[in-house]
Amino acid sequence: MSVLEHARHPGAVAGAPSTWDFFADRAFRGIAKAAAALILALLAFILWQIGRKAAPGIRDYGFGFLTSTSWDVGRGHFGILPAIWGTLYSSFLALVMGGFFGIVMAIFLTQDFLPPRLAVVFRTTVELLAAIPSVVYGLWGIFVVVPAIRPMANSFYEHLGWIPIFGTTLSGPGLLPASLVLAIMILPTVAAVSQDALRQVPYRVKEAAYGMGATRWEAILKVMLPTAATGIFGALVLGFGRALGETMALAMLIGNSNQLSLSLFSPANTLAALLALNFPEAGPREVQVLMYAALVLLGITLLVNIAGGAIMTLAARNVRR
Amino acid sequence: MSSSTLPAVDGRVARNASSAGPSLRHSPWEVRALRSNLLTAGAWAAAIAASIPLFSVLYMLIVRGGSRLSWEALVELPPAGFEMGGGFGNAIVGTLVMVGLGALISVPVGIGAAVFLAELGPNSTLAGAVRFGAKTLTGLPSILAGVFAYASVVLVTGTYSAPAGALALAVLMVPTVVLTAEEAMKMVPRITKDAAYGMGCTRSQVIWKIVLPTALPGILTGVMLGVARAAGETAPLMFTALFSAYWLVEQGGIKLMRPTASLAVLIYNFSGMPFENQIELAWAASLVLVMIVLFINIASRLLGRRRA
Amino acid sequence: MSVTGGSAVIKESVGGNGHAVASPGNVVIDCKLEQVYYGEFLAVRDSHVPIEKGKITGFIGPSGCGKSTVLRSLNRMNDLIRGFRFQGHVHFHGQDVYARHIDPVVLRRYIGMVFQQPNPFQMSIFDNVAFGLRLNRFRGKMGDRVEQALTRAALWDEVKDKLKNNGLSLSGGQQQRLCIARAIATEPSVLLMDEPCSALDPIATRRVEELMLQLKQNYTIAIVTHNMQQAMRVADTTAFFSVEMSKGGRTGYLVEMGPTQQVFENPQEKLTKDYISGQFS
Repeated sequence: MSVLEHARHPGAVAGAPSTWDFFADRAFRGIAKAAAALILALLAFILWQIGRKAAPGIRDYGFGFLTSTSWDVGRGHFGILPAIWGTLYSSFLALVMGGFFGIVMAIFLTQDFLPPRLAVVFRTTVELLAAIPSVVYGLWGIFVVVPAIRPMANSFYEHLGWIPIFGTTLSGPGLLPASLVLAIMILPTVAAVSQDALRQVPYRVKEAAYGMGATRWEAILKVMLPTAATGIFGALVLGFGRALGETMALAMLIGNSNQLSLSLFSPANTLAALLALNFPEAGPREVQVLMYAALVLLGITLLVNIAGGAIMTLAARNVRR
Repeated sequence: MSSSTLPAVDGRVARNASSAGPSLRHSPWEVRALRSNLLTAGAWAAAIAASIPLFSVLYMLIVRGGSRLSWEALVELPPAGFEMGGGFGNAIVGTLVMVGLGALISVPVGIGAAVFLAELGPNSTLAGAVRFGAKTLTGLPSILAGVFAYASVVLVTGTYSAPAGALALAVLMVPTVVLTAEEAMKMVPRITKDAAYGMGCTRSQVIWKIVLPTALPGILTGVMLGVARAAGETAPLMFTALFSAYWLVEQGGIKLMRPTASLAVLIYNFSGMPFENQIELAWAASLVLVMIVLFINIASRLLGRRRA
Repeated sequence: MSVTGGSAVIKESVGGNGHAVASPGNVVIDCKLEQVYYGEFLAVRDSHVPIEKGKITGFIGPSGCGKSTVLRSLNRMNDLIRGFRFQGHVHFHGQDVYARHIDPVVLRRYIGMVFQQPNPFQMSIFDNVAFGLRLNRFRGKMGDRVEQALTRAALWDEVKDKLKNNGLSLSGGQQQRLCIARAIATEPSVLLMDEPCSALDPIATRRVEELMLQLKQNYTIAIVTHNMQQAMRVADTTAFFSVEMSKGGRTGYLVEMGPTQQVFENPQEKLTKDYISGQFS
């Protein structure tokens, strides 16, 4: 380093960086790299921690845990099938409703339906929907959604009760109110990712459609959506993943009953709600079992989220084509 | 042009020869246009329908929450079962403390990792793995962050505590900070960094003197979004910080290693109680919580827009 | 050594011209690039450009001929580009700057660089100029040095009342002069300028050119320019590069180098003559 010293000319200010500068450079770079590695380590640590604590539960209950339906603390019988069912069913329902409205919103916001001012209003609305905490949605669900849909639900039961999905009464919390609120919660996710997907459709594709005399909706349904299809599918998968992991609103609205039912009006349970409700009071044996349930939830959400991420990467690659 | 001069090869051609061409008139009743307009009306209806929940929530918050919001509610301790009055002052403090602690942990780690991803090793295998890890962590259910913190801190220290809750929140905040900070740093123009390199800056100097200051608004936006989300989380706090009816400060000083109240958990607990007083307080606390979250969101947006 | 055949004749005259012009004691940077690669792509070949002290050396040639690559090799700015490697040497005051024990950070403190697009930092005018001083822990009177640099860059009068303003608030020409002031504040012995006027209007260009002629008294300057007339106006020595098609893309190489007047009025190579007379650009 100092070999260049004599290259200075008189009056020059420049000099080699001081030893402190070199040391600080090395140290800072090392710390940054360590921080990056820490993120990976954190993920690994989470997996390990939950897996480790779940091991006794896995040992004791094995695979039957996933297929049994009873939850009896006293007698030590545990099964999370209703919870798995509830998780998947509620998330699926939420996806159907929230996904549909989310995509419609995305179309509405990106396909020149609105003057810029109005577009901002609707976009802000969607963003505000995303900002409201889950527990507040739960509170609102209890006091607004449930009373609002109960009359309608019970009339469905009275008249169409022979159809399995209307098979029970809605006494309070249940699958439908929980799924409705869940749909509202994942709508922003689906809308945001779908908007990105639609915006990435090259302008010339839109031009071509209109140039051929397509009406606005023909262009949207026959050209824009198919082109953005991969991205929109990714949006749905990500929304599904979000729904799977959602806890509080469901804990407050799903009814926490270990029933396996197709009925929209019956109370049910989800893995996250199960954990939320039972953990605080759980004794050591129950904790192990709950850890096992946590591991199952982790597995399901990881799978769905990784799949969603892969689809989005694929979508990005398609656009660059 | 008169029809008599044109050869009538096709009757239709001859008939139309006197007009200017096919009819281009716009008719809303024509089938395709009708379908399109109906769909547009449907889209409007859907958009309005999707907005209704927001207004309903805001309405309930302002009406029911606002009616119970008072100075006492903000400074007093939570009431027990049949008590009247009371407030959620300790919950506000608890939320601020735990979110603050969580940010203290997650922000340096997140920015450090982002520096590595954006500047030091953007194409390395480690970077690819870290990006994958961060994206995966964004999808981690919040309750599992709580389970993790329970296993790592509560079981180890033997008590529910504020730091345990803070760790759970930090786990949820870190991915957001990392990914937004990386994006912000990647936006710093190449030529500006070149100028710094040209002057003989070490890599750390380029990062500290040029990249970080320039990317600061974007980084701050990401941090605040993470903070806003963390402030509203309940599940991670439920069995790490649990809940408390007392203040964090006692005559000994600040007691962090014990159950700590938070707005989110208070709302959850009170929402299930059969007492009108508690439910009213839950609404008031929800109003305060939403106001905090919205405030942080708006502030982060303004910051993001105020670039030089 | 050359990648494509048929250039042996040119190589000879490069060697002849290169050494004939510069007396060894006067050469500050001796740059001999035999092959420069970006990954698998050969960007530059057979270019020996000695940079003489106290003179302005101009690099001219059609676009894509590697002039910037050669310039950036002098202060190791090409290190920042992935896949960069080369055969040859670059000697700065006799030291091989690509030697293992040489730190490019140190090298760049002694060689200043001005870029094609003005790139002041997002800070005040004063802080921009003082950046290099602070970086090198200058303990003297910062204000004096800043004023001196801005004066030398012909910018002082225009900004002396608004030193606190953001550097980016200046016009394009002013920004570029600010970048020059920033580069010379630490008094590096060599100043590299990569098409410094290409983003400026004619009036700003003229001011910067006048500046260069004044700076020549204190600094050695190497400038890349796509504007032949500019080279004629400011450069003492001119190096003409050209480009040829090779597998993988276009490869640049030095055609001829010599005193400016000679290169323009009496070029040795036909290629040079063609370029100067505007046959291609």
